[in-house]
Amino acid sequence: MLKTEQVASLPAAHPAPAARRRRSGEWWIEQLIRGAGLSTIVIIGLIFLFLLREGLPAFVRISPLNLLGVRWYPIEELYGLLPLLVGSLLVTVGAVVIAVPLGLITAIYLGEIAPLWQRELLKPLIEVLAGIPSIVLGFLGWVALAPLVQQAGAPTGLTAFTGALILAYMSLPTIISISEDALYAVPKEYRDAALAIGATEWQTIWRVVVPAARSGIVIATVLGIGRAIGETMAVMMVTGNAANIPALATGMFFQPVRTMTATIAAEMGEVAQGSLHYQALFAIGIVLFLLTFAINSLASMLIGGGKQQRSNQL
Amino acid sequence: MTRQQTNRLAKIAISLVAALVVLPIVLVISYVVYNGIGVISWEFLFTAPRNGMREGGIWPALLGTVFLTFGTAIAAFPLAIATAIYLAEYAGDNRLTRWVRLAIVNLAGIPSIVYGLFGLGAFVLFLKLGTSIVAGSLTLGLMTLPVVISTAEEALLAVPQEFRTVSLSLGATRWQTIRHQVLPHALPGIITGIILGLGRAAGETAPILFTVAAFYLPELPRSIFDQTMALPYHLYVISTQVPGMPLSLQYGTALVLLLVVLSLTLVATVLRTRMRRRRQW
Repeated sequence: MLKTEQVASLPAAHPAPAARRRRSGEWWIEQLIRGAGLSTIVIIGLIFLFLLREGLPAFVRISPLNLLGVRWYPIEELYGLLPLLVGSLLVTVGAVVIAVPLGLITAIYLGEIAPLWQRELLKPLIEVLAGIPSIVLGFLGWVALAPLVQQAGAPTGLTAFTGALILAYMSLPTIISISEDALYAVPKEYRDAALAIGATEWQTIWRVVVPAARSGIVIATVLGIGRAIGETMAVMMVTGNAANIPALATGMFFQPVRTMTATIAAEMGEVAQGSLHYQALFAIGIVLFLLTFAINSLASMLIGGGKQQRSNQL
Repeated sequence: MTRQQTNRLAKIAISLVAALVVLPIVLVISYVVYNGIGVISWEFLFTAPRNGMREGGIWPALLGTVFLTFGTAIAAFPLAIATAIYLAEYAGDNRLTRWVRLAIVNLAGIPSIVYGLFGLGAFVLFLKLGTSIVAGSLTLGLMTLPVVISTAEEALLAVPQEFRTVSLSLGATRWQTIRHQVLPHALPGIITGIILGLGRAAGETAPILFTVAAFYLPELPRSIFDQTMALPYHLYVISTQVPGMPLSLQYGTALVLLLVVLSLTLVATVLRTRMRRRRQW
């Protein structure tokens, strides 16, 4: 990086006119580049501002009691956000419960067990998974997975579980790559020391490597949650879109639900601009924005903190 | 069970779980290829849908996705590359830089449907661009920013510090150094980032729902202020909104979309690998 001020201020005391002109041109270019850097902050601000502009009136015009209600039924002006929150929560929790263990174990396999040729084959394959559009996975969930879920005994194939399963695979690439980085960051000496005092490979992995990498694994989980909560198309196609709160029972994952994202995607096309319903959909957008903002800020704080900790230790 | 037996068993279990993750990926792709390859034909690719989309091809949607991908490139890349240069070459280790990085992390984390809402509120309604290719491209462009910024920054940081030191010591200014020494060496990496970002944009549905995508529009767009069909939305429409839609056409559309997106990703990956191999420092 070019941070040495002396170098930049070295030139002769009386630069030739041509050089001066060149310098002022460069001044403008450098200001543009600085402006671009700052623009990312401005863009985040603008996104939030426009969500507020369209969605804030909903919080004024709809009574808090209505917003916290258990029914989302815009035709009767019922805008209870609770069923949508529960829907998003169920699908997200399901996805994370499936994806974190799978992702962590796959990362362990790739980092600690797999021979080189397998690693070189599997890593691009996982990148391919990250590249598959969510609509394609949603389509497959709709035509192929949902019938299987129904055959397995659920009342319908379009359930929170179906959505969670697809979301889990969609968040796996993120979880695997971050867990892998975390495992990779564990110093080799830890492994050598454990093996030297007679631990088996499994004991080394489970008792030494994984605990040493736990902060990275937490970050992977947090980012997985963030990824899952914001997914739209796949979830809309396979969760059945029923805006009711499933009864708290063992079968609750096998009932249709409707998430916040799917509600926006499904209803925005049919509402009049500026209507109460339109504003309520933007209000859901505000909730989603704040949720993911909190989750991602938390994750990036954890990443910063983790780095510091490691450099202090070693 | 002895420790050695537990060890063997655990390793087998780990391998099985890894297979559980990897096999579905292969399965998904081969399933789409197997079911979709049959309908791929000249007519399917290059004619408009007919008879309420139940016959004919996907040409307007395919072309729409190509337009949107180019639009995204134009909308995102100047800003993304300038931001990457700022982060890699200018930004100091201070609070402002940390805020910029936090903003980028959060841009990457905002749900795609929220980008769609922003595009509707800001581009379609406030700037009065209407549901149009411009509005959709701007929305997709914003969504693509974080991917391109981070890959481009990585590419810039990979250029050895010595290149800069030598250039500066020969009297070049900071910008001349970046322009003539750093950027040329970082270019392949930056292009990789661009293609990766485009691959993601081409497959997205949620951001284009309210900003550009047309349900059914057999004519091709005449200007950038027109609506257009797009492959991802077309797949959504024909698989959920059109009763009596032949399944083979749905699989065919899914296959074409998958090929478009994955070929972009593949090109990016190959470029990156070749670049790493060619690097001589």
